[in-house]
Amino acid sequence: MNALLQVRKLSRHYGQRIGCQDVSFDLHPGELLCIVGESGSGKSTLLNTMAAQLAPSAGSIRYRQKNDAWLELDALSEADRRRLAREEWGFVTQNPRDGLRLNVSAGANVAERLMALGMRDYGRLREIASSWLARVEIDPLRIDDAPTSFSGGMQQRLQIARTLVTQPRLVFMDEPTAGLDVSVQARILDLLRRLVNELGLAAVMVTHDLAVARLLAARTMVMQGGCVVETGLTDQILDDPQHPYTQLLVSSVLTT
Amino acid sequence: MTPTYNFAFLDENTKRMLRRALLKAVAIPGYQVPFGSREMPLPYGWGTGGIQVTAALLGPDDVLKVIDQGADDTTNAVNIRRFFARTAGVATTERTAEASVIQTRHRIPETPLREDQILVFQVPEPEPLRTLEPREAETRTMHALADYGLMHVKLYEDIAQYGHIATSYDYPVLVDGRFLTSPSPIPKFDNPKLDHSPALMLFGAGREKRLYAIPPYTQVESLAFDDHPFEIQRWEHQCALCGSGESYLDEVVVDDCGTRMFVCSDTDYCGEHLAEAVA
Amino acid sequence: MTAALPMLELRGLSKSFELHHQHDARLKVLDSIDLSLHAGECVVLAGPSGAGKSTLLRVIYANYRISRGAVCVRHDGGWLDLAEATPHQVLDVRRRTLGYVSQFLRVIPRVPALDIVAEPLIEAGTATTEALQHAGALLHRLNVPERLWRLPPGTFSGGEQQRVNIARGLIVPRPLLLLDEPTASLDAANRAVVAELLEEARNAGSAVLGIFHDEDMRQRVATRLFPMRPLETS
Repeated sequence: MNALLQVRKLSRHYGQRIGCQDVSFDLHPGELLCIVGESGSGKSTLLNTMAAQLAPSAGSIRYRQKNDAWLELDALSEADRRRLAREEWGFVTQNPRDGLRLNVSAGANVAERLMALGMRDYGRLREIASSWLARVEIDPLRIDDAPTSFSGGMQQRLQIARTLVTQPRLVFMDEPTAGLDVSVQARILDLLRRLVNELGLAAVMVTHDLAVARLLAARTMVMQGGCVVETGLTDQILDDPQHPYTQLLVSSVLTT
Repeated sequence: MTPTYNFAFLDENTKRMLRRALLKAVAIPGYQVPFGSREMPLPYGWGTGGIQVTAALLGPDDVLKVIDQGADDTTNAVNIRRFFARTAGVATTERTAEASVIQTRHRIPETPLREDQILVFQVPEPEPLRTLEPREAETRTMHALADYGLMHVKLYEDIAQYGHIATSYDYPVLVDGRFLTSPSPIPKFDNPKLDHSPALMLFGAGREKRLYAIPPYTQVESLAFDDHPFEIQRWEHQCALCGSGESYLDEVVVDDCGTRMFVCSDTDYCGEHLAEAVA
Repeated sequence: MTAALPMLELRGLSKSFELHHQHDARLKVLDSIDLSLHAGECVVLAGPSGAGKSTLLRVIYANYRISRGAVCVRHDGGWLDLAEATPHQVLDVRRRTLGYVSQFLRVIPRVPALDIVAEPLIEAGTATTEALQHAGALLHRLNVPERLWRLPPGTFSGGEQQRVNIARGLIVPRPLLLLDEPTASLDAANRAVVAELLEEARNAGSAVLGIFHDEDMRQRVATRLFPMRPLETS
């Protein structure tokens, strides 16, 4: 199988400080990869660098486009970067308020990416927005409500709908369930799991929660101090951790 | 004419700067050109942008008309007309057909404009995306990449809230198929007059320090949805003074009992029409 | 039966755990295990607890990493050593060749029993409605009452969860099956059903490697025993 994203020796430094260092991996179509590690381990830096939101200090990222042509992300123009972000990628932020447009209605939030792709049929936009609200378990009757009137969990689900409505091929997710109640988390995780399967998405998800990795990801990378210390099958990493840091991480999980 | 001022108030170097900016604006229809906006002897919001553009355009032979909401006799219009009569000594008129330069706030005259006329708009906010995207760097990038999906978000919101596109003035247009542009706060009734206009249209925003232009015979498209096409306002009434059924009407309360009447907003057009009817 | 096809070859397989946070303790659990498993065979691992039976199954499934030796699996008509395989290859082997049924069901919040069972079949490319039908039939056979099918199994009894787990593990016919005491909390009637299912799998050419503590079950399903004993701790 052909990879969708190829990351090679990727580093991102902030002056003298290391954000992430020497990261290499392949992501295949339809695959969800989790990056776990504690706060400050470089997970989000890595994610933002991969998503071309930060410029890498060294290394390369290649992305295979819809037309099968490989794209070198460091040679990407701003126009191409935006086209990718609009047409082929999605980004889900930890705080839904960063990913949503709070001053327009839920329906407009969902429809925005479609309009950016040139859809100009209001009736059709409404229809798609409604069906996506239902898909993320938001009552379609709330289509004209402002996202500010939604709970945190609903806002996150709205952000997911807004991101996935254009059926991107690759989605980057930065702790999409952090800061939510456990019951709300479970709902979002189940939803993500279902949508990722249904749409055949490839995704890279940053999380500090090992249970999230176990539930969603076939493969996991463990980061510490900006470096990947262990990588492999998620169940392998959680059930037979090799690196001291991974062992510490796994043994620190509370079990109920 | 007051001889202590340079012709048309501004010094020649400033006019030159303005003319260079205007040439660039004409060369790139709809593109907002930054310029060094000067302090003018009237407050921001009263037409400082328009007045600078007019000052850069005027020559001794020009005939100037100034309107505010279509009327020649309102404070803003009277003051600006008097300002140029004093500082440039140019002839002024209230007749659209006689003017070579027309400075306007919030209307396009009803009388069709000609190739030898220039319309100067006063613009409070040149950036049509501003209410949706507050970051200037971001809106400039969006213009550079023609990334305008966001504008339709606003129109979508209108339909979702009111059942139709409720934006009735400053209705966004796409100029020459390329730049998303604010037509200044003219009623959308006037938008069709922008499309392929024989007259040059210049826009000045003094506070925001931006100029832009719609050259003669340029395609100007008002944004819309396929199933909610662009429409202009219609009235059931006719003008109570001249009887016109084609012009943009103002609703005027005439007594303390709430009695209303509808009259043309364009005073010159109304007067002409009335004279024709009488004759 | 003559010259049944070999499905799994273990050669010099060893496994030890290094515990960095417990004074760097090193636990040796498996030492140089050799085993071959053929199509149609059911080999039962025999030995006291602590002999490393579960560990062996997990190492074969690549749930635990291989410390030394080789785990060769017949996959796509060729041999693949899981000790050398990439994660993507291991995932492909698990998807199509190698099944694993543990003692416990890993419950996924909010997902109904029927969907949990059907999921591996859908992932293998079967149409959803067909997969759900198949899952229903299997649950029915394992005597899971239909009123439970639309419920998430989090609140089910141990035996019910175990039957859901078996159904999930066996729904996709795979040439190689690893079973870690899947019948521990089942009654005699349900054990008989599982024995039947395993026999059907064997007749269809699957090779089975399992742990069954229950003597009666072992008698019914095993074609051969593989004895294991705990390693001397040094």
